[in-house]
Amino acid sequence: MLIPREHASRTWLWLSPIVAIALTLLAGAVLFALMGTSPLNGLHIFMIEPLSSMRGWTELALKATPLILCGVGLAVCFRANVWNIGAEGQLIAGAIAGGGIALLATADTPRVWFGFVLLAAAAGGALWASITAWLRDRFHANEILTSLMLVYVAQQLLSWLVQGPWRDPLGYGFPQTELFAVAARAPLLLEGTRLNIGSVLALLAAFAIWILLARTVIGYQLKVIGLAPIAARYAGFSSRRSLWIALLISGSLAGVAGGLEVVGPIGQLTSSISPGYGFAAIIVAFVGRLHPLGIVLASLIMALFYIGGELAQSRLGLPSALTGVFQGLLLFFLLACDTFVNHRVQFRRGVPT
Amino acid sequence: MHALGKLIALTAMIAMAGGCGKKEESVPKPEPVKPAAAAQPPLKVGFVYVSPVGDAGWTAQHNAGREQMAKALGPRVSTTLVEKVPEGADAERVIRDLAQQGHKLIFTTSFGYMNPTLKVADEFKGVNFEHATGYKTAPNVNTYNARFYEGRYLAGMIAGRMSKTGTLGYVAAFPIPEVLQGINAFVLGARAVNPKVQLRVVWISTWYDPGKERDAANTLMGQGADVITHHTDSTAVVAAAEEKKKMAVAYHSNMAKFGPTAQLVAVTHHWGNYYTHRAQAALDNTWKVAPVWGGISEGFIKLEGYSDKLPKELVEAVKARESELMSGKFHPFTGPIKSQDGKEILASGPMSNDQLQAMNYYVEGVIGKVPVGGN
Amino acid sequence: MEAIGTLIAFTMNAGTPLLLAAIGILINERSGVVNLGTEGMMLVAAVVGFAVTLNTGHYVAGLVAGGFAGVLMAMLFAALVIGLRANQFAAGLALALFGAGVSAFIGLALQGEPLPTRSPDGVPLLRNLPIVGPALFAHHWLVYFALVLTFAVSWFLFRTRGGLILRAVGESPESAHALGHPVLRVRCLALAFGGACAGLAGAYMSTIYTPLWSDGLVAGRGWIALALVTFATWRPGRVLLGAYLFGGVTMLQFYLQAQGVEVATQWLAMTPYVATIVVLVLISRNPRWIRLNMPASLGKSFSPNV
Repeated sequence: MLIPREHASRTWLWLSPIVAIALTLLAGAVLFALMGTSPLNGLHIFMIEPLSSMRGWTELALKATPLILCGVGLAVCFRANVWNIGAEGQLIAGAIAGGGIALLATADTPRVWFGFVLLAAAAGGALWASITAWLRDRFHANEILTSLMLVYVAQQLLSWLVQGPWRDPLGYGFPQTELFAVAARAPLLLEGTRLNIGSVLALLAAFAIWILLARTVIGYQLKVIGLAPIAARYAGFSSRRSLWIALLISGSLAGVAGGLEVVGPIGQLTSSISPGYGFAAIIVAFVGRLHPLGIVLASLIMALFYIGGELAQSRLGLPSALTGVFQGLLLFFLLACDTFVNHRVQFRRGVPT
Repeated sequence: MHALGKLIALTAMIAMAGGCGKKEESVPKPEPVKPAAAAQPPLKVGFVYVSPVGDAGWTAQHNAGREQMAKALGPRVSTTLVEKVPEGADAERVIRDLAQQGHKLIFTTSFGYMNPTLKVADEFKGVNFEHATGYKTAPNVNTYNARFYEGRYLAGMIAGRMSKTGTLGYVAAFPIPEVLQGINAFVLGARAVNPKVQLRVVWISTWYDPGKERDAANTLMGQGADVITHHTDSTAVVAAAEEKKKMAVAYHSNMAKFGPTAQLVAVTHHWGNYYTHRAQAALDNTWKVAPVWGGISEGFIKLEGYSDKLPKELVEAVKARESELMSGKFHPFTGPIKSQDGKEILASGPMSNDQLQAMNYYVEGVIGKVPVGGN
Repeated sequence: MEAIGTLIAFTMNAGTPLLLAAIGILINERSGVVNLGTEGMMLVAAVVGFAVTLNTGHYVAGLVAGGFAGVLMAMLFAALVIGLRANQFAAGLALALFGAGVSAFIGLALQGEPLPTRSPDGVPLLRNLPIVGPALFAHHWLVYFALVLTFAVSWFLFRTRGGLILRAVGESPESAHALGHPVLRVRCLALAFGGACAGLAGAYMSTIYTPLWSDGLVAGRGWIALALVTFATWRPGRVLLGAYLFGGVTMLQFYLQAQGVEVATQWLAMTPYVATIVVLVLISRNPRWIRLNMPASLGKSFSPNV
């Protein structure tokens, strides 16, 4: 049976991922054997191939950027026991706000406009999150439900805007805005790639959140409120304030992620700007154990997985469905192995005391 | 730090996952000794799909076209497909990878791929791209589309005649011109046969959600529509009609399997001839940009799955109209055409391509207003 | 009048998968366990149910198979969360992800297959009554089963010893354990029940509601069901209200559209979600109601060997 440990086992902190890998390798081998293919080839395509060129690395960074931004924001929320499931909605709201400002730019607008776009995106995401915060603060409405419902509302709002008032008049009626002017676009970091300043911003955000959580009074309060709410109350930490802080931070980060997507690789507002980054970030936050460094690494892994999965489809003819199977297996084994970090196994007969 | 360990772990795991099944989409390899055929490596043709291949709708038909092309050209081509590619930032990466992997002809089958296609095409001048339903071309980017409305008009004739209640129903996704052309052609065709017919439309804001499609279909039938059709990707609408013992016009593919008694006719898409033609041109080095908007006569659209219930003279009338369409003698959108609010859209003569592509209104006979983006 | 009848009929149909899944989640959460993987369970059950119905020609077999599939998935979750004390939220998300992938994978061969025709639904004789007939009595038996189940669960929770134990486990597993109740086993059973319900909901969707299988058929209803349980403050009667409210408003927007109401469709499409938020706000205004109803140990794992 499982006995809780007094201290987390350092050995297992390292061993857990390795054992998880081994188990997944095993599971994968079985599956591939059933499908009749060469594991080595697939391994190469999935893991090495995406990183085999400079462009590959930039694509990885590009894909990981929104995950990092949303993920560290969610880490702040989850640590404070605020279950913000609606990061996707905040991302869309940020994209709308940022995109709206971006549409105002013309060919002659100065380059600094991009800064305004980002500010607008942050504000948009924060505003959307503040709806959730207000509903919980004022009406005690559960934030899981409200933030999730608001995701769908945000999607419909975006759809209305790109089909209606913001639709490109020269676009033959397709639901999209015109392409943004250069002044509003995210500056590229590397010619010939899509890597833009957003990736740097993401890393800065992760660093900032780390400072917040580890080194500031507010961060301390947030953590205590999440871990021991009653003690926090005795200490005078306001859970109302932490609710607002957590959601505003998370919302603005998600908003920036959305803004960067539309003025970065996409270049316009369309009705589908995110393949679910806000939800994937929830997974990333957990896999990264709610720690910014862990989240950055988890985001990179997740991004590698997505890209590798795409390549596996086009190079190997792998069905896209298999990617989800492996992502799930990955998480399962990690979770299972993580048990041993905090629990010890003891083989003993008898009733639990 | 455990997170680093996790990184290693995950990386290795992914590595494992990568060794996954190989599902060759290419044609069987040529026989070992075949001196006759030129020893040219097969032309690699890539296909990018926005939804799963099994949807029985848009992507299913493109895939059927791909298979037809592969069969027709045999060992001279090898095809690759990538499905469920979202239209945002990911599309560019997928298209670029196909180009980098030596595909010389790439079909991108959704309008949302337009800008990514152009971007990649700019970098890979030696690769030819074909973008479906788009409107921007480049020296190596062609566009192609089909005049779905031609089939819709003919189907409308059938629906108008077979409806007992005089109300038709339409489950639609987004009010883009292509969809509006279909709706309007359907009504015009129906009214040509039965001037009192009316059409109700429900917009479900998604191309594919069988649950919603069924709900919308049921709503329409609940309001008196006894012939329904759809511009969405699943078979749900036809199945709903079958269940409620009403009638349906299928779209994209022949859905008689799902509505054996309900389906009156199906307006089907056929891309195979076009794909074969273009791949052949690429093989012969005669590929050129030549935007195509083909209809029934070019083989893009067919009317299939005629029900046995249809009276003979109706089928003959439809077929006669069909040949007039094919020969160019008849155009579904021929003036005088009035919009819903009585405004005259077209005084006389056939509607021009530009006018068709700018369609943002309903014609007379449709109940309700176009949801957004009028004028 | 007839229009109202039709609306009621559609509401009951559209609300049933939500209701079934949500009742299962309610039992889970009453025992203190959050299973976020409902969407994944529903998807797997949908594909299994479809496959079985297709191959055997019997719809009941499909529904039962779907239920079993749900239980299996729930047991996988239980192994992680109860057996290995893993974080419930992460495990649930993993289940959802895994379920989506597995279902798409299994379903590859099933896409585009039609099911055999069904005999007409509903209560014979009663279903032919004017207006009331099609509104209330012409549904598949699972719709009525879901209603009966809701009342049965309500009765179980609040009027039987078993329900009391379940609630005790959810409020304070430590106390329940001290009293000698098998906390872990109770939670396992609760999860199994939840899995069976999600399974029925999923199989219903793929074999009855829209008789076809396709990748992503469930389209987010599992997540809505999760939200609905919170919305309903963990009371079965309110779950029923929520499920039907959501289903009804969803249908209402189509109804209004078909009538020709001149509102942009996207604004109409928002209505079910906004309505849910509004009703939640109204219910939640009194914080005591929420605190009184939420199982105190929700989300925390329990170790009997402290």
